[in-house]
Amino acid sequence: MAGEVSKAELAVKVSVVRHGPGGGLFALDVALDVPSGITILFGPSGSGKSTLLDCIAGLLRPEAGTIAIGEDPVFDSGKRIDLPPQHRRVAYVFQSLALFPKMTVEENVGYGIANMPKFERSARVCELLRAFRVEEIRKRRPGEISGGEQQRVALARSLITLPRVLLLDEPLTGLEAGLKASIVDDLRIWNAAQKIPILYVTHSRGEVDALGERVVVLDHGRVISEGVPHEILDAPRRETLAQAAGFENLFDARVLELREADGVMGVRLADSTTEIEVPLGYAAPNDRVRIAVRAGDILLASQRPVGLSARNFLEGRIVSIKQVSRLVVVVVEAGVTFTAHITPSAARSLELAIGKPIWVVLKTHSCHLVSDSPV
Amino acid sequence: MALPLVLPPTVLGFYMLVAMGTRGPLGKIWQAAFGHGLAFTFTGLVIASVLYSLPFAVQPLVASFESVDRKLLDASAVLGAGTLRTFHRVILPMSVPGIITALVLSFAHTLGEFGGVLMVGGNLAGVTRTVSIDIYDHVQSLQYAEANRMAVILLVFSFAVLSVVYGANRRTRRRVWSPWPAR
Repeated sequence: MAGEVSKAELAVKVSVVRHGPGGGLFALDVALDVPSGITILFGPSGSGKSTLLDCIAGLLRPEAGTIAIGEDPVFDSGKRIDLPPQHRRVAYVFQSLALFPKMTVEENVGYGIANMPKFERSARVCELLRAFRVEEIRKRRPGEISGGEQQRVALARSLITLPRVLLLDEPLTGLEAGLKASIVDDLRIWNAAQKIPILYVTHSRGEVDALGERVVVLDHGRVISEGVPHEILDAPRRETLAQAAGFENLFDARVLELREADGVMGVRLADSTTEIEVPLGYAAPNDRVRIAVRAGDILLASQRPVGLSARNFLEGRIVSIKQVSRLVVVVVEAGVTFTAHITPSAARSLELAIGKPIWVVLKTHSCHLVSDSPV
Repeated sequence: MALPLVLPPTVLGFYMLVAMGTRGPLGKIWQAAFGHGLAFTFTGLVIASVLYSLPFAVQPLVASFESVDRKLLDASAVLGAGTLRTFHRVILPMSVPGIITALVLSFAHTLGEFGGVLMVGGNLAGVTRTVSIDIYDHVQSLQYAEANRMAVILLVFSFAVLSVVYGANRRTRRRVWSPWPAR
C-alpha cells in the first residue's frame, strides 16, 4: 500500500563513464533503492535509463559502485565481485524484445529453464503461457504473432526463471493504451505472488502515472527526483516533469457506482462532495482510483451550459488567474482544485476575475483513469 | 588465416609438400603414427585442401555469426545460457544461410584447385587425380572431346552451386558475406 515503508529489495549505487556518440563523456551517477512492486524509471532519452538497467543485469560493468539484491551482492567494485548475467537471476525485457526468431513461442518461453526435468519444465511453460494469455499461439514463431503478443511472450520468457528482479526497458511502447493496461494488469497479478522489484523504464508521459506506485526521475545520468507519481507531478519546481507528465489535474477518487451499459462510472473526488462521471475502468464500487485530467481539456463557462454533450458540470470559484506566454492558467476551487488552460481571448470574453463564480466542464473521456492498485 | 587467400596455390602446395615429405615435420609424425608417408596420398591431399580452402569457409561463417543481433545474445545470457548454449541454440540456427554459403563455396573452391593439388597429390591416377587435373591431362594429350565432357560437368556443377548460395541468401533479409554483390 502507498505510504507503507517496504524493505529495499534492490540496492544500486553505481557510477559509469562512457564515451558518448558525440565524442563527449557521458557520466551516470546513481544511488537507488528499489522496493518490490513496480518502480518507474523515467527520463528523456539519453538520460542513462538503459545504461542503468544494463549495469543491474550485468551486461555492462560500472566503473565503481555496488549492486545488491536483498542481502546478496551481485556487483561490488571494492570487493571485486562481479557476477556474470547468467548468475544474477535478473530478468530483462529489452525494448526490441529480442525474441529468438527461429524458435516457437513455447521454445522461447522455456529457454531459461532448459536444465529442468522435462515434465516440470513443460508444466512451468504452461503456467507462464497461461498467466500471460499466449497459450493459443504456443506453436507459432515471433514473426507470426502481433506486437502485443510478442510483448506478452517476452514477459513470460523473462519471468520463467523466477528472477529476483525484473527490468523492463520500454517494453510496451507502440501499444494501444487498452492493450497496454491489460498486459500490465497481468504483470501485476503475476507479481502479487512473486513480490519482486520491477524497474520499468519509460519516457512516455502517460505511462508514468498509469503504472507505478513509485517513480524515479533520471536526467543527465542523475536521479533528480523520486517519490509517488502525483507528488512529483505536483511539484512545480520540476519543470521537466510537469511537462512530461502532461496531466495538470490529478485526483484521488472513490468509485460510487458502475454503469456498465453506458461504459461509465460515477466517482466522488476525494475529500469533497464533488461527483463526476468517468470512463468505466477496472474497478468495483468503493474502490479507490486516480483520475487525471489535462488542463487543456477543461472547459470554463460563466453560466451552467445547456445543450452540451459533456457530462460533468461543476460550480466553483476562481482562485487565481495567471497569464503564461500565450496561455491563461486559471485555478478554480470547485470542491477540489482544478487547473485549466484557456486562451487569452477566451479569458477576456469570459471576463474572468478572482472570486468570480465559474462552471468547470469536463468531458467524461477527458477524465483519465489511472490505476493505483496496491500490488 | 587470410594468407591462403592471396598466396599462389603452388607456393602453398610447395610448402605443404615439404612439410608432408618423409623428412618434413608433418610427414615424420604421420610416418610414426600410421607407418606410411603423407605426400602423394589422398589423405595428404585432403589436409592440404582444408588448409587451402579454410579461409573461404571462415569468412562467410564469421560474417553471419557477427550479423546476429547483439540483443539476442544479451537475452540469452540474462536467461542463464552460457556461451556454448548461446552459440548452439541462438547463433547457429540464425546462421544457416552463412553455413550453406561456407560449405558450398569451400567445396567448389576445393574442386577447382589445381596447383596445390598437383604439388601435394602428384597426379596419381585413381588416387590423387582430380577432375581439374584430368581436364588438363586430356588437353595435353589433345583429347578435346574428353576434356570438354569433364568441363561441361564442372560448368553445370558451378552453376548449381551459385543457385544454392543465392537461394540460401535470398530467404534471409540479413546480409550474409558472399563474394558476389548483393544485387
